[in-house]
Amino acid sequence: MLKRQYIPIAVTALLFIAMFGVGSFRYTGFFSLQVIFNLLIDNAFLLVAAVGMTFVIVSGGIDLSVGSMVALTTMISASLLKLGWPPYLVIPLVLAVGACFGSMMGAIIHYFRIQPFIVTLAGMFMARGLCYVIDINTITIDNVFYKNMAQTKIALPGGSFISVSVLIALAVVGAGYYLAHYTRTGRNIYALGGSEQSAHLMGLPIGRTKILVYAISGICSSLAGVVFTFYMLSGYGLHALGMELDVIAAVVIGGTLLTGGVGYIIGSFFGVMIQGVIQTIISFEGTLSSWWTKIVIGLLLFLFILLQRLLSERRWAQQKG
Amino acid sequence: MMKHHLFWPLSMLGALLLFNLIYSPDFFTVNMRDGHLYGSLIDILNFGSPLILIALGMTLVIATGGIDLSVGSVVAIAGAISCLIVSKGSDQNELALVLTAVAVSVLLSLFAGVWNGFLVAGAGIQPIVATLILMVAGRGVAQLITDGQIITVSSTPYKYIGAGSLFTLPFCIFIVAAIFILAYLLTRKTALGLFIEAVGCKPTASRLAGVRSSLVILAVYMFCGLCAGIAGLILCSNVSSADGNNAGLWYELDAILAVVIGGTSLNGGRFYLGGTLVGALIIQTLTTTIYMIGVPPETTLVVKAFVVTAVCLIQSESFRQAVRLRRSKRQWIKGKELNPHA
Repeated sequence: MLKRQYIPIAVTALLFIAMFGVGSFRYTGFFSLQVIFNLLIDNAFLLVAAVGMTFVIVSGGIDLSVGSMVALTTMISASLLKLGWPPYLVIPLVLAVGACFGSMMGAIIHYFRIQPFIVTLAGMFMARGLCYVIDINTITIDNVFYKNMAQTKIALPGGSFISVSVLIALAVVGAGYYLAHYTRTGRNIYALGGSEQSAHLMGLPIGRTKILVYAISGICSSLAGVVFTFYMLSGYGLHALGMELDVIAAVVIGGTLLTGGVGYIIGSFFGVMIQGVIQTIISFEGTLSSWWTKIVIGLLLFLFILLQRLLSERRWAQQKG
Repeated sequence: MMKHHLFWPLSMLGALLLFNLIYSPDFFTVNMRDGHLYGSLIDILNFGSPLILIALGMTLVIATGGIDLSVGSVVAIAGAISCLIVSKGSDQNELALVLTAVAVSVLLSLFAGVWNGFLVAGAGIQPIVATLILMVAGRGVAQLITDGQIITVSSTPYKYIGAGSLFTLPFCIFIVAAIFILAYLLTRKTALGLFIEAVGCKPTASRLAGVRSSLVILAVYMFCGLCAGIAGLILCSNVSSADGNNAGLWYELDAILAVVIGGTSLNGGRFYLGGTLVGALIIQTLTTTIYMIGVPPETTLVVKAFVVTAVCLIQSESFRQAVRLRRSKRQWIKGKELNPHA
């Protein structure tokens, strides 16, 4: 019998399969390995960012700066490459920028007890603004390494292929899964999200964990930015506008509780994939327009939050009774 | 005097205005042309009015311990539906048609508020999550209404809402003033304000004390939706067009910023409508100033980020404590140096 805590994640996975099934029945050419791989290729950056966001939400916080961080990363990378910097310097640098940015926000949240929501909001303004300070126009990238990354197709059996970004994204998901479920840090994060006070009384390093969580999210979003740069081959201040919402939606649809303490990296994976399937179905449909994506995602968000609410309420009632 | 809640916001606004006066002396000049007043100050009031409206609604929501992320989307929806109705009319200048459009968009924005309020008070979902749903889906709905296009209208009565003038002043200033006075009277001259603050302090306790907290929460979200809807009407009428994708973008953030600058705590429990008004004016003046001194407007975001951080740090008890501690430590050390044997 399925444990109650796994119901949301099972619903998410089933929903993904069901949506994919509907698509396969409706459209010829939908049911193929390549369509699944395309989901991964097109959403690799979202997947990377969602792993970081899962940690933040599990810890009981939220990070609104993700989308702007992606934009800032594309901007820094593009401008440095234009100056002739080699990629092996640029990529570590942007990752370091992401880590610093994240840990700074984490430190402000922890030491000055300001709500994560408002601090990361300021971070969002800051990163977006810095993009425009660098340049208000698109900077195209013609670096050979980046072009190779964008165009390399890794052939798989059955004539299908994936891109390098997919490998990066899957590695991040794997690392996130390991960190969340098999390390002490992971348990600290879950404990922090469950009840900060209890975690504090148990002697867990609250401050370190909190700052680390936002640093992870910062690194993940700048890595997502790197992957996004491979995908777009340009830097632009308006890249990834509103992406934080897609990421939060993916994490919530994946069964992570926004109140913290409960969450699954694999759930976020399926959350991203569901968004991808919706987009693919809409593009196969042809007549439906892109705004339906937003409406459907909003509806799904509503259903999943309601489901979580019902489940947690019943659990609460059981404990009480 | 420094303890008064309007002291810091007002001195910030004063400093900004003073800077403008020194930088460009004709900042305060107001000209009369064709029976309308023109000048930077009037512009600030005129272009700032949607933000003031949204921030007013947001203040009451935040006072109940909530937050409304969906205001930007409600702006887009209200603007889209009103422009759609006006553009479908046979004679766009007909007053009845414009009134219908206004009524429908006001009703729709009230409904958006009911939806948010129901999720928060009825279903018991966290406000940030509950309103996130409408924030995501709302823009989709707005685009659905406009069919993904930018609807342009050419209607004189509709244009009047956002760009008309009454007694030589922009008409929208009067709308804002009316709503501000209404909200002020309702919350400060009746017990409603007290109820809102009670719910913000402790919903359970206030319910036990006989306050119908879910009704208060519902009313507050409805008011916020209404304000956002009217702001959407003003914004779209000012440019005579509705853009489902971009209308009201980032407004939720500016509105929250205005509320926080105004001294209302994000934890709920107390609120200052006057502070919010000043906060919104500060943001608008800041934007105007940045445009005027020739700094690229893109840096507005960075400046705003610094302002948010600074304001939050000042509000944060731990930060003040840290500063106080350091100061007293320094004084202690100084005392030791002066009198080593004490």
